[in-house]
Amino acid sequence: MKKTVITVVGKDSVGIIAKTCTYLADNQINILDISQTIVDGFFNMMMIVDVAASKTEFGTMVDELEKLGEEMGCIVKAQREDIFDKMHRI
Amino acid sequence: MINIYEVLETNEMIEKENLDVRTITLGISLLNCIDTDIDRLCDKIYERITTTAKDLVSTGQAIEKEYGIPIVNKRISVTPIALVGGAACKTPEDFVKIAHTLDRAAKTTGVNFIGGYSALVSKGMTKSDELLIRSIPQALAGTDFVCSSVNMGSTKTGLNMDAVKMMGEIILETAEKTKEKDSIGCAKLVVFCNAPDDNPFMAGAFHGVTEADEIINVGVSGPGVMRKALESVQEADFGQLCEKIKKTAFKITRVGQLVAREASKRLGIPFGIIDLSLAPTPAIGDSIADIFEEMGLQRAGAPGTTAALALLNDQVKKGGVMASSYVGGLSGAFIPVSEDQGMINAVTDGALTLEKLEAMTCVCSVGLDMIAIPGNTKQATISGIIADEMAIGMVNQKTTAVRLIPVIGKDVGEIVEFGGLLGYAPIMPVNQFDCSAFINRGGRIPAPIHSFKN
Repeated sequence: MKKTVITVVGKDSVGIIAKTCTYLADNQINILDISQTIVDGFFNMMMIVDVAASKTEFGTMVDELEKLGEEMGCIVKAQREDIFDKMHRI
Repeated sequence: MINIYEVLETNEMIEKENLDVRTITLGISLLNCIDTDIDRLCDKIYERITTTAKDLVSTGQAIEKEYGIPIVNKRISVTPIALVGGAACKTPEDFVKIAHTLDRAAKTTGVNFIGGYSALVSKGMTKSDELLIRSIPQALAGTDFVCSSVNMGSTKTGLNMDAVKMMGEIILETAEKTKEKDSIGCAKLVVFCNAPDDNPFMAGAFHGVTEADEIINVGVSGPGVMRKALESVQEADFGQLCEKIKKTAFKITRVGQLVAREASKRLGIPFGIIDLSLAPTPAIGDSIADIFEEMGLQRAGAPGTTAALALLNDQVKKGGVMASSYVGGLSGAFIPVSEDQGMINAVTDGALTLEKLEAMTCVCSVGLDMIAIPGNTKQATISGIIADEMAIGMVNQKTTAVRLIPVIGKDVGEIVEFGGLLGYAPIMPVNQFDCSAFINRGGRIPAPIHSFKN
């Protein structure tokens, strides 16, 4: 399993989760967990996904998700889970 | 499992508070390149660096992308060139050829800087050390990415005052040779007492002779993150303030440790150390001086600043040590003037003087760093400032450094612009009383009594 954290931050609108999930499904990326919250009026979503089965190169996925975010008016980031895990867990 | 608030906190640090990994520095030993023929030596050095470091920049970029954390610099440090070039170099010009080779190798590999155009002369100076030191002004004026350092003292050996005297002259000559660019050559030249072998930060990085063939050292940063974290403890006492700094330093350093391990794995080069440093940049908010203001000082330099820096430096180490398996390098808070907008403001407002900065260096990791002084400052005065700083390092068993920039043609109150991470600086006044008779004595200052621990 190669856990990756995808964050979507921006103004809430119809279809943000659907479009992001469609991209992930098309690329054989399995969603393990989804949570969302509103901070300062902005929509914040976090997904923990497993990219082990995906054939898409990690850097390409980062770029494509960023582009998808631009189309939706959001910032979409994909980062390996380790950076959060190392920072917040001993 | 990680929760959304932890993820948002990390990303906020990166996006809004300038959290980054300041540098991945690849240390390369050049001892196996030693040759008696200067051209053959240069060829071997070029080959060794460009082969070993060929994937450094691309690996750094891949890690940046996958973890979403900026890695600002990818750098190389090499064995002190005075040792490597000793057998081949008969003149300072021969050493300059090596400087050009290093510059070419840096450009080929795409790194930001290459350090190690250095001499270690803490007790005495070989002929080769002297030739290298004499070549520094020409080497720095003729290259773009080469950084130079000279270690002139240690707690164990005392201070080499002949070298201290000579460096006053060399710094002025470097300033003169690069005067068209506001004497920027001096920004790439630093002198040390107790220089560490594994420092990843420039201009003082070199790959010490106690090191393996290759090593990855990583320097972390994060003054912006620290300042933001301290907003939440504005009314708190020192105990709570220190706890907050420690916890924040832990988080910052863990990211550095992750990047270091990852770079080491991907490059197939052993991991050396994490340098636990709060390294500021000219970006707004990424400032050590701003941390002091957050702690309750009106400006950096106000009474209380040395105490504030002492506790900051200590707590950063305490938090950082817990986060990394190996720490080293300079490890502490950097207090450069030109690279820190808050420090620049403090100087401009008259809150911070050279003398106060000197006092601050007694309790932090580096020294008088990136300080612009008038171009007409006397050679002996520069040596005197260096001697004072070296003495602080020698007696306190810590690293101290001096990176002064006498800006030729400019005087107190004028501004000098270096650009990029080097920032800009108001030219600071220097004590005008003469110290030449002291400096001209020559010889060595013996090691302090508390160095005899055997």
